[in-house]
Amino acid sequence: MNELNDKKVQELLKQALGPTNSELERDLWPRMLQRLNERPAAVPWFDWVLLALLALWFFFSPAGIPLLLYHL
Amino acid sequence: MEVLEQPTELLEQFAHGELDAFETLFRQFQGEVYRWIVRIVRDPGVSEDLTIETFWRIHRAHARFDPTRSFAAWARRIATNVALDYLKGRQVKTASHETVLVADLPAAASPNPAVQRDIRERTERAFRQLPAKLQVAATLALVEERPYQEIADALGISTGAVKLRVFRALRLLRKKLQQLGVEP
Repeated sequence: MNELNDKKVQELLKQALGPTNSELERDLWPRMLQRLNERPAAVPWFDWVLLALLALWFFFSPAGIPLLLYHL
Repeated sequence: MEVLEQPTELLEQFAHGELDAFETLFRQFQGEVYRWIVRIVRDPGVSEDLTIETFWRIHRAHARFDPTRSFAAWARRIATNVALDYLKGRQVKTASHETVLVADLPAAASPNPAVQRDIRERTERAFRQLPAKLQVAATLALVEERPYQEIADALGISTGAVKLRVFRALRLLRKKLQQLGVEP
């Protein structure tokens, strides 16, 4: 099988992907503003506290890990 | 980006998190960012979403922006990363159902329009199987014919690295095209 030369591959690629003279047809600021106003999915502070307590418990008492897994 | 640079005062206001300054920059650069993204992902609808995502990241990172530097170059770098992330995500989705289609296609070497269309489809399919970072470099260098320096700035790598990526993209694409039965 003959190898395609680079120019031929480039030409094939140009034909395959086609031109993109696309211009932005509308102002995206309203959508941007909507995105900015979305509340971030924040984790409540007490969840972090619980996680920290759990980590401390596991650190000082590793035997608690299978106990917790058993009860899950 | 061809748009003139902004006065430092506006950039400082943006860096301090002022929404009005961000809006001014958004309105001025949204078209440029969109055009850059559409060059990479080749999909106008998706490019709008990615333009929003780019400016979202720009807004989140306002405190890290140095007002003495070019906003346009910074925005383009972020836009390139956003487009790259999108291509990485899309690659996984297309790869899963590619395998079946590829082997069944007949080899083609005729000027028949249907065959030409088939070649275009196979070429695009082969191209979309390349690693995302190779796709970006190859699209910008070979299809859009942007200068290597511009591509290097947008990707945050050296021009040598861009040339290497283009070389690797061509080599891989040639191999994939041959596997798909596409010959000149």
